[in-house]
Amino acid sequence: MTYSKRYSDRGFDDLRPIEAKAGVIPNADGSAFFKIGNTTAYAAVYGPRDLHPKFKQDPGKGILRCNYNMMPFSGMGERVRPGPSRRSREISMVTEKALMPVLDLQEFPNAVVDVFIELPQTDAGSRCAGICAASIALADAGIPMKDLVTAVSVGKVDDKIVVDLDYAEEAHEGGPVADIPVAMVPSTGMISLLQMDGEVTKDDLMKALEKARAAILKIYEIQKKALKDKYYVDMVNQNEQ
Amino acid sequence: MNSEFKEHLLSSLAQNIRLDGRKLDEYRKIEVEFGISNTAEGSAKVTIGDTIVLAGVKMLVQQPYPDKPDEGTIMVNAELLPMSNPDFEPGPPKDEAIELARVVDRGIRESAAIDVKKLLIKKGEKCWVVSIDIVTVNAAGNLFDAAALAAIAAIKDTFFPVYENDEINYKKKTEQRLPLVKTPISVTVLKLGGSYLVDPLPDEEAACDARLTVAATEGGNLCALQKGGDQTLTMEDISRMVDLALEKATYLRGFLN
Repeated sequence: MTYSKRYSDRGFDDLRPIEAKAGVIPNADGSAFFKIGNTTAYAAVYGPRDLHPKFKQDPGKGILRCNYNMMPFSGMGERVRPGPSRRSREISMVTEKALMPVLDLQEFPNAVVDVFIELPQTDAGSRCAGICAASIALADAGIPMKDLVTAVSVGKVDDKIVVDLDYAEEAHEGGPVADIPVAMVPSTGMISLLQMDGEVTKDDLMKALEKARAAILKIYEIQKKALKDKYYVDMVNQNEQ
Repeated sequence: MNSEFKEHLLSSLAQNIRLDGRKLDEYRKIEVEFGISNTAEGSAKVTIGDTIVLAGVKMLVQQPYPDKPDEGTIMVNAELLPMSNPDFEPGPPKDEAIELARVVDRGIRESAAIDVKKLLIKKGEKCWVVSIDIVTVNAAGNLFDAAALAAIAAIKDTFFPVYENDEINYKKKTEQRLPLVKTPISVTVLKLGGSYLVDPLPDEEAACDARLTVAATEGGNLCALQKGGDQTLTMEDISRMVDLALEKATYLRGFLN
């Protein structure tokens, strides 16, 4: 069997259409909306703020706490029961690990930076969309960061290595499927999240990671643009007023 | 809330001035966007000023309740997401979220807005359940009105999914809409000092003596009430608050078209 044409009619290395916006939740210290294909994510950052209960505080540095949650109507099938599931708790944890390497929380002893990721609609790649949104929101909140973090899922559908799988590809039944979510620090290419469902050879894994790197650099530009758009000051028009 | 701030708020209100410069009976800017989640059978986003609320409808099939074997049913759930306000914490719904869900539920249920008899698939065995989930994206005052408006907008946006061989195919929607026969709208009126006001800001909510949420149908019939706040209301208060609510309900209903 060969996978000759993608369900969504994209090239094998093509991302789905992406939109990103910073500062969408007025109450939050930083926030973002990120859309890739039919997967949408909000992220809100609160903090640094006091961490309770107190015994969880670290007097040496601030703590990052992530919370990934699918809205009840965001699943492709049945209603998603509200509240944490085993899946959402694991994703929250790996999201924390994905974001932590770029953050510098030394200046915030005993404090917490809370990141809430909420998905209104999903079509695969939701943890990656959540991470992309979260890193824009962290930057929007002014948390000291070395870089953004960018994530995308790559993988293998049948005989082809593909970028940014959608649900139809994850559920492809004509041959084996491997789904590999990857997060990187774009400026250095360091990998901060790596998971896989499925089966691939080491060669294919390395090829997939190369493709992830290229895709991540494209997404990175969109993330940066979202931040620049929010903080852009129109000096010309401002002077006219 | 500190007493100086409350005093300032009250003395301004006495001169018909609100914290953000609005009139007492004036809403902030309202926007209703339909179809914001394609995984839901129907969905909507309501923005009132800085308050942003989403609602999504998922359709399920269940056995009818034994005492109502020929009716389907509706379910309303609300989540005050920790994303939407620094004071909200993760965890199971707290009292405020439960009250919010129940007040929205009553407005829809008691007005018989959805003809539940038409949700029956097979008597005593199978019926549709309309599950309405409301989530807050930014909670900045007047969640009651925003949630109720989002819920009814999401219902209006809903199409039944395909149901065949005792299974729902969520990937395919039919052309059939929900049997919506009325559009109940909720308006919350606050009593603060001697003033009545609509679409409260969080500070006004925190300072209020009492609030009254009124759900009404297009005919002007009241279909749900909820009094909140620590102080009592006189019959005169209620009469004036209901009048104001009915007037504003017509205004809000205009955003659904």
